[in-house]
Amino acid sequence: MLNRILSKQNRALLSELVRTDFKLRYQGSVLGYAWSLLRPLFIFIILYVVFVKVLKSGGAIPHFPIYLLLGIVIWNFFTEMTQQSLTSIVGRGDLIRKIRIPRWIIVFSSSISAVINVGLNLIIVGIFMLINHVDLYKTVILLPLIFIEVYMFALGVSLFLAAAFVKFRDVSYIWEVFLQAGFYLTPILYSLSIVPKLLYQKIILMNPMAQAIQDARWATVTHDTVTGWKLLDGGWYAYIPLVVVVLVLLGGLAYFRSQASSFAENI
Amino acid sequence: MDDIAIKVDQVAKEFKLPHEKHTSVKSAFINTVRGSKRSIERQSVLKDISFEVKKGEFFGIVGRNGSGKSTLLKMLAGIYEPTAGSIQVNGRLTPFIELGVGFNPELTGRENVFLNGALLGFNRKEMSAMYDAIVQFAELEKFMDQKLKNYSSGMQVRLAFAIAIQANTDILLLDEVLAVGDAAFQQKCTEYFEKIKSEGKTVILVTHDMGAVERFCTRALLIKTGNIEVLGDPKDVAKKYTIENYKVFSKEKSLTETVKSLKVNVNKATLTNKEKLVVDIEYELAKDKPVYMGISLIISGISVIEHNSKSIKIGHEKNKKYRVRYEVPLERLNKSEVRLDVAMFDEKSQQLVGYQTNAANFIISGKDDAHKGGVILSDGMWSKK
Repeated sequence: MLNRILSKQNRALLSELVRTDFKLRYQGSVLGYAWSLLRPLFIFIILYVVFVKVLKSGGAIPHFPIYLLLGIVIWNFFTEMTQQSLTSIVGRGDLIRKIRIPRWIIVFSSSISAVINVGLNLIIVGIFMLINHVDLYKTVILLPLIFIEVYMFALGVSLFLAAAFVKFRDVSYIWEVFLQAGFYLTPILYSLSIVPKLLYQKIILMNPMAQAIQDARWATVTHDTVTGWKLLDGGWYAYIPLVVVVLVLLGGLAYFRSQASSFAENI
Repeated sequence: MDDIAIKVDQVAKEFKLPHEKHTSVKSAFINTVRGSKRSIERQSVLKDISFEVKKGEFFGIVGRNGSGKSTLLKMLAGIYEPTAGSIQVNGRLTPFIELGVGFNPELTGRENVFLNGALLGFNRKEMSAMYDAIVQFAELEKFMDQKLKNYSSGMQVRLAFAIAIQANTDILLLDEVLAVGDAAFQQKCTEYFEKIKSEGKTVILVTHDMGAVERFCTRALLIKTGNIEVLGDPKDVAKKYTIENYKVFSKEKSLTETVKSLKVNVNKATLTNKEKLVVDIEYELAKDKPVYMGISLIISGISVIEHNSKSIKIGHEKNKKYRVRYEVPLERLNKSEVRLDVAMFDEKSQQLVGYQTNAANFIISGKDDAHKGGVILSDGMWSKK
């Protein structure tokens, strides 16, 4: 099975699609690839100025700028990947109608582009960490695991959205609203401790994105971060976010597979 | 099974055509709640198709527009799934439904070659091995590092076609790609077809060009409204296809206030020159006016037989249907495609009051005589002096 998925042809196709995507991204710009680092850099500087210098939010949280950036990077990764994947199948309709390629590769290649981007963003975060003199915890080695979790979650959602978008074009608008709501329901710009009731904090942490962002902050920036593991204190429901991730991934895969054979007709 | 490249077994394809496509959740929701299935129409494009293509065959698929041949090709390529039946492909199949799929104007020629190659299932190493041959065939050595958007359309097509035919594969699916490029390039393509034919590659060619079918194909398939009409000898297929096409040749009709209706029928779509052509004409006049009819048989733009009906004084009462018949032996005509025009004239003024061109078209078939051509059969003789 895995052999077939990662066959020579599929690997070649995947690398070619990702390569093309990257080549075209900064097409026609003078600075070219430099933008993939400059863009997050400038955006982070703006956020830094607004939230740390002007609004002075963050209060007692140590290394708040990094705390904030890490949350934003993870959230943006999720947003970018799902939004790009959503239109990926329809956007590549010309290929799907004229050539035989595994459909999942299209979604997969747009997810890889998002992964590369988040990697570049993390480099910038690393630079900010150096400037901020953040002492690295040993727990930072957990960070890749957290990213794998977010990736799996985003992939499940992406597969579902990409397949649904072929049939229902309003999925893109619905998803935009969802993402906006999700952004404020996830403790990205605010710290979880400002949420009044403990119950609400617990409910918020059932969302895999909130759990992942808080865990990443705990592992990298400060152990003071409120995480589900602390709050729920070993209760079984601390695992709910992980179960959600697995279910979303399997559900997304199943839906995508059931629809994939009729993409060519429905686009 | 070893010598079979493609086996198509009782394949059928049906498309669900929603009358108003629900591309919104709301309409899908409303329709589900209503339980209305009324808005979906099932269109059966292919019905029960079975055939086999052996390894090394040059197999032609022909059919008029809308006959289902493109759907069949897309199913062979694995783009559509059959609704029923199965397709087995034995070997590596590379489809060319369209040339230059995935070409991106912002990439250079070189980059596009590798991208297109990857889409067709070749990795960088395999493409590097084919690269020089592709560039050479396309005659674009100097332009490979320029962006595709700066290519002329002819250059783009040449590059795409070069990739297609250099593709090192077992089975090639080609859809209407012969008609590209200038005459010199066409010549190269023809040579290439001869070459792959002699190499024993399996090729499936979908085309409207009966010349190509007769020239290259070892076997062919004619599809008509989703069914196999003829399967076998490419000559038979080409002939049948030509006849099919003639039947629907657009009829041009012009009626005036004098002529209300004019219907023309011939006895057969294909006749030998031993047979008689029988033309039945039905007409109705709106005004009571003496008229006469003219008929003309046109071959290659030349009217070879013309005959008017002045000798019989045809009926001219208004609002009454009349039938007349014209019979003519064809023994002097060589095999050819014939167009039939019918016209009506006012007897006094000699003016045209109604006509129908392409009223009926038919084929005169005959034995192939390699020594004689032309429109008229002659008894000419050669002798040495």
